[in-house]
Amino acid sequence: MIEKPHRPNQAAEAAFSIQKHKIILTINEVEQEIKVDAWTTVLDLLREHLHLTGTKKGCDHGQCGACTVLMDGTRINSCLTLAVMHDGAEITTVEGLAKGEQLHPVQEAFIEQDAFQCGYCTPGQICSAIGLINEGKAKTPEDIRDLMSGNICRCGAYNNILKVVQEALERERS
Amino acid sequence: MATNFIGKPKNRVDGRDKVTGTAKYTAEFHRPGLLHGVVVSGTIAKGRIKNIDTTAALRLEGVVEVFTHINTPKQAWLDLSYKDMDAPPGEPFRPLHNDKIQFNMQPVALVVAETLELAQYAATLVKVEYEVEEHRTKLADHLEDAIDGDGFRAGFVPPKSQGNFKKAFSNSEVQLDVEYFHGAEHHNPMEMHAATVFYEEDGSLTIYDKTQGVKNSQHYISMVFGLSKKKVRVLSPFVGGAFGSALRPQYQLFLATLAALELKRSVKVELTRPQMFSFGHRPITIQNLKLGASPDGKLKAISHKAFSETSRFEKYVENVVNWAAKLYDCDNIEQVYKLVRLDMYTPLDMRAPGGATGVYALESAMDELSYKLKMDPMELRLKNYSEEDKSEGKPFSTKTLRECFQKGAAKFGWEKRNPQPRSMKKGHDLIGWGMATGVWDAMQVPARAKAEFSADGTLTVGSATADIGTGTYTIMTQIAAETLGLPLEKVKANLGDSDLPFAFIEGGSSTAASVGSAVQKVCEKIAKKLLKEAGKIKDSPFKGANPEEVIFADEMITDKINPSISMSFAEIMESRELEKINKKYMLLPNMLKQNKYSRNTHSAVFAEVKVDEDLGTIKVNRIVSAIDGGRILNLKTAHSQILGGVVWGISMAVHEDSFMDHTFGRFINHDLSKYHISVNADMPEIDVVFVEEPDMVVSSVGAKGIGEIGMVGVAAAIGNAVFHATGKRVRSLPITQEKAMT
Repeated sequence: MIEKPHRPNQAAEAAFSIQKHKIILTINEVEQEIKVDAWTTVLDLLREHLHLTGTKKGCDHGQCGACTVLMDGTRINSCLTLAVMHDGAEITTVEGLAKGEQLHPVQEAFIEQDAFQCGYCTPGQICSAIGLINEGKAKTPEDIRDLMSGNICRCGAYNNILKVVQEALERERS
Repeated sequence: MATNFIGKPKNRVDGRDKVTGTAKYTAEFHRPGLLHGVVVSGTIAKGRIKNIDTTAALRLEGVVEVFTHINTPKQAWLDLSYKDMDAPPGEPFRPLHNDKIQFNMQPVALVVAETLELAQYAATLVKVEYEVEEHRTKLADHLEDAIDGDGFRAGFVPPKSQGNFKKAFSNSEVQLDVEYFHGAEHHNPMEMHAATVFYEEDGSLTIYDKTQGVKNSQHYISMVFGLSKKKVRVLSPFVGGAFGSALRPQYQLFLATLAALELKRSVKVELTRPQMFSFGHRPITIQNLKLGASPDGKLKAISHKAFSETSRFEKYVENVVNWAAKLYDCDNIEQVYKLVRLDMYTPLDMRAPGGATGVYALESAMDELSYKLKMDPMELRLKNYSEEDKSEGKPFSTKTLRECFQKGAAKFGWEKRNPQPRSMKKGHDLIGWGMATGVWDAMQVPARAKAEFSADGTLTVGSATADIGTGTYTIMTQIAAETLGLPLEKVKANLGDSDLPFAFIEGGSSTAASVGSAVQKVCEKIAKKLLKEAGKIKDSPFKGANPEEVIFADEMITDKINPSISMSFAEIMESRELEKINKKYMLLPNMLKQNKYSRNTHSAVFAEVKVDEDLGTIKVNRIVSAIDGGRILNLKTAHSQILGGVVWGISMAVHEDSFMDHTFGRFINHDLSKYHISVNADMPEIDVVFVEEPDMVVSSVGAKGIGEIGMVGVAAAIGNAVFHATGKRVRSLPITQEKAMT
C-alpha cells in the first residue's frame, strides 16, 4: 500500500471542500430537504444518494436519454443538470408513476406492446413518452419517432415504443 | 387446456419490474459504507508506464486508496487462471499486472473513494508518464503479416475447403471477384459494465456483476484470487443488454473484487461510456469473394477469404468464411481465414459474431452475381438452394428457408420489383429493393435446472443462466407451467445466481434450446413423482400408471382415455402429506443424434431503401424478415428479438462505425453522440414472419434459438437495395451518405 502523504495539495483541497447545500425537492410527491454537494447531478442524487435507482445512467453525457425524468412536468436529462440548481423543483421518476398497484397507462402499454427487452432504457423511455404527451407537439408517427429519438434503445424496441405513444396520444384526444 | 403457454404471445413475467424501476441492475445494489471505484484509462496503445503519481488523489479526504500495478498484490501466476468460458486461445489480459501497456484505454489505476463524485474527481488527479513504443493498429497495412485463423474455441469451426476451387472457377462462364470491408463496432449495451462487490463479515464475497454467465464470473474470480467457490457468489438478476459484451469477465469485475479484498470493504466499480469502447469490439474484416457460375446461374465455384484482426495476446477467432457451404449447393468451395495481430484489445463476440459480417459479404457478392447473370436475386438463391450442408455432408435437422423466401417475398411484394437499378423513383428519392439470406447456428449446450413444487401449488424453477432482454425468465416460466400444468402466476423462474445449477454463458442463441429443455425435463421429473405419489393413495385410479397415459394440466393429473378420472395436485400433496417435491436435471446434448445433422437457423430478408438522388441520404424504409427458427416459444418476445436483430442490421448497414485514429491507436468516437446507433427516427416498418417447424434434434422443446438470426443478412439486403436504388455498389460498411452519393 502507498503511504498517504501529509502535505495537502491546496488546489485539490479547495475543490473538495465545497460546502454542502441545502435544497428542497419534491420527489414523487414527497417533499424532502436534501443536503447536496454542488457537483452532484440530479441523476447521481437520485441513484447514488437517494437510492432511487429506477432512473438509469447510460452515458452521463445527455446522449442516450436513459436518465430522463420529469421535472415540473417537463422531460429532462437528469445527468446534465446539477441538483443544487433545482431548489423547489418537483421531480417525477419512474418509481412515482404508478398509483399504488395501479400502473400508469403508459407503463401498462409498455408491457402489453413488449416495448422493451433488457429494460434498461425503459424508465427513460416511459418518462420521455409522458413528457412528449404533455408537450402536445407530436401529431404524426413521424413526429413521435423524431421526438422520441433522444432515447436510445439498444435492444431495438423502437417500433413497439412508437405503438405505445401512438395509443397514448389517441387516448388523450378521445 | 388453460395451462398451455408455449408459443403464446405472453407478456414478459419481469415486465412489471422493468416498467416500475424495481428491476435492479448491477450498479444499483447498495449497502451502507459502499465505496466507489473509478477506473483511470491509459492513453497510449503500446509501451510501458514509466511513472504513475497518485499522491494528489490520495491527499483528498475521503479517497481511500488508489490501486495501480505498483501496489497490486500479484494474483494467480498461471495465465490459465485468467481463462474464462469464452476466452480465445492465448494469454488473457491481466489488469494492473505490470507496467506494460498492451492497448489504448487499458485500465492503469482504480481510484477508490467514499463518494462517486470524489472518486471521479480524484481519478483526474492521477498522473501517468509513459514510455511510448511504436504501435500498429491498422489491419489493411499489415496483411502480409497475417497468420492462420485457427485454434480451439467453443463454437469455432476451422475453415476447410472442398473440391477444386481454382479449376472450377477458371472453367466458370460467369465470374465475379470482389472485395468487401466493414468497420469495427462496439456492443454498447445501454447499461454500462459494473460490478458491486459486497465484502461479507466472514470474508466471503457477494458480487453483482454485469455478466451473461454468473458461473463464468464466479469461476474467474475464484481462480484469479485463489478463493473457494463457496466464498464467491455472483449474481446478475437483470442485465441491461449485453450482446456479447458480458460473455467474458471484464475488468470492472477484477478491479472491484481486488479493491474489496484489499480494503476488506464493499466496493462498486461502474465504467464510463468511453470505457465501454475499451474491452473488445466486432473486428474489422477485409473479405474477398470469388464466385463462378454457369450462365443459367448454377454456382460452380465459391472462394471466401477474410482477413481480420486480433490482439497481440489472444487469438480471437470467429466463423466468418464458413457460411457459403451451408447456404449453397456448390461442389468447389475455398475458405480462407487469416488474422493480423495488432496493438489493441482482443476482439469480442458481438451479436452473430462472424455470421453478421461473413454473410454480409457473401450475400452482397451473390447480389452482384445476380446482376451479371441478369437473374432475379431470389431466383439465384433458389437455384442453388442447399438441401444438405455440403461442408459436412449432412442433412439439416430442419430447414424452412424455401418457405421463408416464399412468404417473405409475398409479404414484401417482391414480384412487383423492376430489376433495373435506378428504375423505381418517387419524387426526389431513388427507391431500391434488395434481399439477402441469413444463416446462423442452432446450438444446444449442457445445462442443469432444478425445480421445487410446494404443497401450496407453486413451482420454483432455477438455472444459473441470464436474461439479457432475451425473455429467458418468461420462457422458463411458460415451459415450466405448461409441462407441469400450472397457471403462469404459480410459477417462479430464478436465474442469474451462481448458487443455482450450472448453465453455460448465455450466448450463441443457445439458451432457449438448452436451459429451456432442462427446465422442461426437470418439470417432467416433478410430474412423474406426482403421478407416482398419486398411485400410492388408497384406491387410486393412477396406481401403476405411466406418465404417457395421463395429462398434466390445470393443476391436476387427468387420464388420457377417460378424462373424468382426475386428481388435483393439491389432493395428492395433502393425501401423501408432502410439503415439497424437489428435483434436479442435467441436460447433456445427445451428440450421437445431433451429429448426424447440420443444425442451423435461416432467414430471408427483404429491404426497401430511399436514397436522395442528390444528397445520397439513405432511409431504410421497409424490412421484411422471414425466420426459420424452429418452434417459437413466445410469439411476443420472439417477435421483439427479431425486431431487435433487424434494428442491429440496419444500424450496422448505415450507422455504426468505431473509428480508430491510428496516430493514437484509439477509438476516438467513443461516446453515443459520435458513435451512431439507430434511433427511433431511423426506423422503418418491420414485418416479421416466422416459418415454424419444431426442431426436435436441436432441443426437446423444438426451439432453435433466435437471438442472432434476426440480424444476419440484414446489412446485405440493405446494401443490395442501395445498389438497386442508385446503381452504385458500395462495398464497405457503414454505407454513409458520401459513399452512396452518385
